[in-house]
Amino acid sequence: MQRYSVLSLARNAIRHHEGWQQAWRSPDLKSEYDVVVIGGGGHGLATAYYLAKEHGITNVAVVEAGWIGGGNTGRNTTVIRSNYLFPQSAKFYDFSLNLFEDLSQELNFNVMLRQAGMLTLLHSRHDVEVMRRNLNSMHMNGIEADWIDTSEVSRLAPGLNCGADAHYPIQGAILQKRGGVARHDGVAWGYARAADALGVDIIQQCAVTGFDIKNGQVQGVQTTRGTIKAKKVAIAVAGHSSVLADMAGFRLPVTSLALQACVSEPLKPVFDVTIMSPTTGVYISQSDKGEMVMGGMLDMYPSYAQRGNIGTLEHIIAGIVELFPNLSRVKLMRQWAGIVDIVHDSSPIIGHTPVEGLYINCGFGTGGFKATPAGGWTLAYTVAHDKPHKLNEAFTLKRFETGEFIDEMGAAGISH
Amino acid sequence: MMKITCPWCGVRGEEEFTHGGPSHLARPVVGDNPMGDVSDADWADYLFMRDNVKGVSLERWGHIQGCGQWFNMARDSVTHEIHAVYKMGEQPPEGWRS
Ligand SMILES: Cc1cc2nc3c(=O)[nH]c(=O)nc-3n(C[C@H](O)[C@H](O)[C@H](O)COP(=O)(O)OP(=O)(O)OC[C@H]3O[C@@H](n4cnc5c(N)ncnc54)[C@H](O)[C@@H]3O)c2cc1C
Ligand SMILES: [Zn+2]
Repeated sequence: MQRYSVLSLARNAIRHHEGWQQAWRSPDLKSEYDVVVIGGGGHGLATAYYLAKEHGITNVAVVEAGWIGGGNTGRNTTVIRSNYLFPQSAKFYDFSLNLFEDLSQELNFNVMLRQAGMLTLLHSRHDVEVMRRNLNSMHMNGIEADWIDTSEVSRLAPGLNCGADAHYPIQGAILQKRGGVARHDGVAWGYARAADALGVDIIQQCAVTGFDIKNGQVQGVQTTRGTIKAKKVAIAVAGHSSVLADMAGFRLPVTSLALQACVSEPLKPVFDVTIMSPTTGVYISQSDKGEMVMGGMLDMYPSYAQRGNIGTLEHIIAGIVELFPNLSRVKLMRQWAGIVDIVHDSSPIIGHTPVEGLYINCGFGTGGFKATPAGGWTLAYTVAHDKPHKLNEAFTLKRFETGEFIDEMGAAGISH
Repeated sequence: MMKITCPWCGVRGEEEFTHGGPSHLARPVVGDNPMGDVSDADWADYLFMRDNVKGVSLERWGHIQGCGQWFNMARDSVTHEIHAVYKMGEQPPEGWRS
């Protein structure tokens, strides 16, 4: 792998940027691998990377139906935080945040992490009471987060209507300073490049169409480019999890819904924190390019169409304009949606499936970008050892039978 | 934007309606005792496991911002095309049965 550095940048600039190597190969598909990872989103690519890096399993293929990062990984609004409610989630997401903090060095790829803070706005006495309680559990879980008052909020977020005249007056906020944003496709590309350098084959434009299963044990997968033998297969396809599970003969507690987001035309820098307002159901950050990145609630019915409907978009815009009246004349530049995998307790499923040798990572729903490093790390561990790591042992498929839910619904901000 | 034909009110915009999950889920019973001992696995299957079909699925919808009535729909989850609307308690029309 050609290492990226200031020096290599200078050297290549002198040579008119004609000396850059391909970031990863486009190898031919082999007929057999030790592990096949289905889905070339962040989670699948990270799984392959950690399999190679942490467990020495390098005979691995990542099989992607479209192009890597073309699913939710390249469609999300890149909010990163770990201010969850329950100990299991707090540990898991904080581990992910730790990995994120070193990720650019680890992968030798700038994922443009910006830890400018994550603000959760509180608009009523009830918001305040609930969030004070959540703040206490964050502290008990060792997650650093602070209560801040309205004057501090207005300092951090110029333009935010903090006046008493606001329809939903701001009563204060919770700030997680280590929260922030990163470049989403940078994360996919960084993991892809680093995994490729360790010998992983990244196969794009190759969709899995079925499984070979004998006596309850996976033998391999069928794809649009032929059959691949593998004794271990890991699924990381987010919104398409139920489709893959159906091919393998089981069902999941997952419903696929469209989640949309939009960006405005670029503006001069206004604020660098990410702002979430559970009451109005919207959140906003400003990208490094200056665009306002905005999102909100799900389109509330099942969908595999990667678009969103206008009603939800109107809700998002209305909420944003309520918070930032001076953005009302700003033009929208793009709107899009991704298909997210929603489960009943808003927590992921990472681990075994009813088929032996077949593992799954799904259920991250609206909030799995921040979990990309930890999702890949724990899935790789589970595949390598055929048992979950401490960090994901609670996130089983079995919990839907035993009732050991980790209900993070609305616990620490809105959906992301 | 979907236009949904409520069996009672006719064609309305989708924002008047609420999706209410899959239709025709049968509550598990053991023998003929409705309070019988259903296994945890069967309960989990009934309560949480979903077909989550990519393609035509049979769903319950409520005209919640209208007449308040519930009904069934055969709707394509990829194109959002609505193939059939039928009342609660009815079976899906010919061609849309799974
Ligand atoms: C609008 C939006 C905003 C979001 N905002 C945030 C946020 O701010 N913070 C946050 O943490 N999370 C956010 N999320 C959620 C986050 O994007 C996802 O949880 C996460 O990216 C999932 O990553 P993944 O790798 O599992 O899935 P994906 O990136 O979706 O990758 C799955 C891949 O599997 C491939 N695939 C599917 N079927 C097959 C098949 N049969 N064969 C081969 N490949 C297949 C797909 O093509 C796809 O590339 C948001 C999501 C959306 C849509
Ligand atoms: Zn009606």
